[in-house]
Amino acid sequence: MKERDEGGWSPYLAGALSGLVSIGSVWIAGKYFGASTTFVRSAGMVEKAVDPERVAQMPYFLKELPIIDWQWMFVVGIFIGALIASTTSGSFRWQAVPDMWEVRFGPVRWKRWLTAFLGGTIGMFGARLADGCPSGHGLSGSMQLAASGFVALVCFFVGGMIVARLLYGGGERS
Amino acid sequence: MTTLIYGLVTGILFGFLLQKGRVLRYDKQLGALRLMDMTIVKFMLSAVLVGMVGIYLLNDLGLAKLSIKPLIFGGVVVGGLIFGIGWGLLGYCPGTSLGALGEGRWDSAWGIVGMLCGAALYAEAFPTMKATVLTWGDFGKITLPQILGVSHWFIIPLFIIGGLLLFRWFEKKGL
Repeated sequence: MKERDEGGWSPYLAGALSGLVSIGSVWIAGKYFGASTTFVRSAGMVEKAVDPERVAQMPYFLKELPIIDWQWMFVVGIFIGALIASTTSGSFRWQAVPDMWEVRFGPVRWKRWLTAFLGGTIGMFGARLADGCPSGHGLSGSMQLAASGFVALVCFFVGGMIVARLLYGGGERS
Repeated sequence: MTTLIYGLVTGILFGFLLQKGRVLRYDKQLGALRLMDMTIVKFMLSAVLVGMVGIYLLNDLGLAKLSIKPLIFGGVVVGGLIFGIGWGLLGYCPGTSLGALGEGRWDSAWGIVGMLCGAALYAEAFPTMKATVLTWGDFGKITLPQILGVSHWFIIPLFIIGGLLLFRWFEKKGL
């Protein structure tokens, strides 16, 4: 179905090693993986540059201060780590429209970009309401056997599967 | 400062492994949501199974503390479903969007801008949400072992066995 993808590792191996990294992080730094709070802090930093007085009295930015913390650096690190892994293995590729999307919807860029933008906006609103994303709830939550993590994970997949079905249809259609 | 460096190094290791496991890509994320390619599920579940053993070991030895998010049904269910809808459209999650950008899949940049807007919108909506959705069905910070009233060392082996059976099924089906 797809050409051989050189340089990739087994997802079981890469996943298990990520589990070890996560244990190490909890042990050494006392920090659990998470990503979505960083977007709140970053949005707060942008807004603070425009209107600091307003940000200073918004309850959510008092709860999640617009500062650079452990998780903010963690998220930046994900970018750097992926950049290192892809450029050193020849799998880095500038791509404006994903393959699967292009097969279904064609190479028109703005359609994909608009969908990505709207998806990001909706997704982050939901992640904040749920108090976590697939990192915070899905990985960190479920590895601590937190009830919230499992419920969140099921809801993430249900919402995502409904949209995937609406976008791509039930199967053979292309 | 040390904390920030720990964050950066941990992120680099995780980003490296996400890329090697090929879980950053739109095609893999949508592949899972279309039940065609279980790569991201294999990755996540492997991380979770290894992680749960280590975290509870550290916890029992007094070397680390758990950090449980409360189960507020309103927030987790409504927010989780909304997140899922956005995830299905974007094809990256908050963490993997940055990784996807790192391997050159720059449609994710639009998703990142969207997520910043989504976070800003939520900050506006937060007082309203706090008074409504986030009061529905609050069960506090509970874990599965607490709900079932059993030791976590009873649950963890069950998860591992279940996970391995699921992996075997994925491989048999070529997912």
